[in-house]
Amino acid sequence: MSAVIEARGLGKRYGHRWALADCTLSVPAGRVTGLVGPNGAGKSTLLNLSVGLLAPTTGTIEVLGGRPGAGPAQLRRVGFVAQDTPVYAGLSVADHLRFAAGLNPGWDAGLARDRIRRLGLDPRQKAGKLSGGQRAQLALALAVAKRPELLILDEPVASLDPLARHEFLQLLTEFTAEQQASVVLSSHLISDLERVCDYLIVLAASRVQVTGPVEHLLATHYLLTGPRRDPAGLPPGQHVISASHAGPQTTLLIRADSPVYDPARTSSQVSLEDLVLAYLNQAAGPTGPRRTLETQQ
Amino acid sequence: MTWMTWRQFRTQAWIAIAGLAAITITLAVTRPSLTGMYSASGIAACQAHSDCGRLAASFISHVRADGAYPVLYAAGVVVMYLVPAIIGMFWGAPLITRELEAGTWRLAWTQSITRTRWLTVKLGLLALAAMAITGLFSLIITWWGSPIDQAAGLGSPILGNRMTPLLFAGHGIVPIGYAAFAFALGATTGALIGRTVPAMAVTIAIFGAVLLIMPNFVRPHLIPPAHTTAAVSPGYANWVPDGNGLLITGPASVPGAWVLSTSGHVYTGPATRVLQTCYNGPTSTPACGTAFASLHAQLTVTYQPASRYWPLQAYETAIALALALALAVLCGWKIRRLA
Repeated sequence: MSAVIEARGLGKRYGHRWALADCTLSVPAGRVTGLVGPNGAGKSTLLNLSVGLLAPTTGTIEVLGGRPGAGPAQLRRVGFVAQDTPVYAGLSVADHLRFAAGLNPGWDAGLARDRIRRLGLDPRQKAGKLSGGQRAQLALALAVAKRPELLILDEPVASLDPLARHEFLQLLTEFTAEQQASVVLSSHLISDLERVCDYLIVLAASRVQVTGPVEHLLATHYLLTGPRRDPAGLPPGQHVISASHAGPQTTLLIRADSPVYDPARTSSQVSLEDLVLAYLNQAAGPTGPRRTLETQQ
Repeated sequence: MTWMTWRQFRTQAWIAIAGLAAITITLAVTRPSLTGMYSASGIAACQAHSDCGRLAASFISHVRADGAYPVLYAAGVVVMYLVPAIIGMFWGAPLITRELEAGTWRLAWTQSITRTRWLTVKLGLLALAAMAITGLFSLIITWWGSPIDQAAGLGSPILGNRMTPLLFAGHGIVPIGYAAFAFALGATTGALIGRTVPAMAVTIAIFGAVLLIMPNFVRPHLIPPAHTTAAVSPGYANWVPDGNGLLITGPASVPGAWVLSTSGHVYTGPATRVLQTCYNGPTSTPACGTAFASLHAQLTVTYQPASRYWPLQAYETAIALALALALAVLCGWKIRRLA
């Protein structure tokens, strides 16, 4: 499996503060990858580094085999929807299409026009007068009509209401279905990612906590509920990610390489949200193991 | 990119064109009566009668009699200083800060164009526009004032002749160079500071400083100054005891030139002892007058002659353009590192 983003020991420092430190990760090609993590985990920094808006302080990052932002050819291959979906407030929707058409050799004018029409946007409308959802849609249309090999979206739906969020993700899903492009999408909301992503990277404090195809993650994690017992007594091949106790009951979230049979406990499927939260709690815990767990396909 | 540059800039462009139109109309309406006075004065043919000085003085007194002309003339000079300053503050400073403040830099710099190219197109096109509009302002204002400048060149100035520091940078091609410089300065301070209003303040402060430094420290030395001697006029002579003699100084003027300094000489002998008693100047008594005349007191005048007007204009414009280019390079360096 080839990687569209390959980061090794990547770090970015502002003054004395490291926004991202010693981050090593790999984003697979041909997938819709969700990058999830708490605020301040370094998601936005990582994505800005991957489009060349930022330059790394330490380490290296390769995107589609090249250095991000290295030249027009590299810029052309990567589409980017920045956080808060910035657009030119004084320019109309049509002006934006003309602007992007002039700057992108691969511009698909038909696709852009079609999207704007289907969104019901008036081309003469000033972008500053658009709603947050419409602005995000415009930003997505600009990035998509560039026909990139890799589309990167930095918290595109963070400031949208649930309906606008749904519509945006719908459009993103259509794009991924139509085009053979890889997509990376960051969010601090797992429910957003669950809808569109088939691959997940959980990032906390610059570290990858868990990564893998969503299906595989769900198939290898279990929630065990049963009488209180020392988690250390679990059979080999089962790793506790989180444990919570309520009276005599203990609930364990475990990763297991093979199906779990435990007569003393109730085993159930874990939701993606619980899974991510378990890993984030583990990362945040004072004594939590700071190791990268990789699941193999 | 050319279209985008124009699209983002067109409001400022229309304001500049409206300002240019307003000034053109004002000056075009008032000029016929000024040229009427000029032709009536007969200065144009004064060389034949060698009474240019008198005719110029008479013309200028007519011009002064109508209060509007000196005001318009002075206003023209002020406008020529304001145009580059406004370009620096309102075209240059927001060029990059506007993108940074609105977050659109993340949109602009992730299109299929490097940010160096993005900046080159923007800086290049807008610097040309700044130079073109300032050139038009200067052309119209210099054209309107040409009768007055000509009289000033013959020794009858309103604010000075065109070599006078204040007027020198307010006419001709120098404002074009300053427009490019102020624009590049605004863009670069914007890139370095990142916020529009502080960038505007820094731009105007630095531009003002440059306008003070140039005439005082740079312009006098662009061409090694010329020296000449002139007789000290008895009516304006000053002296101070210096050793055994008197240092005699006085003002000097060279028609149409920029006098940088005058220095007197020390004279000794019996006549100087007579002069020391002339408290009211050499013209106070006939004896004083005779004593002063016998000294043939001379001044050494250091000056830039009128004939150097265009070479000096060319040099100063070239310096301003070179500074603009250096700032553009600095701006490009900063833009590549902006992260």
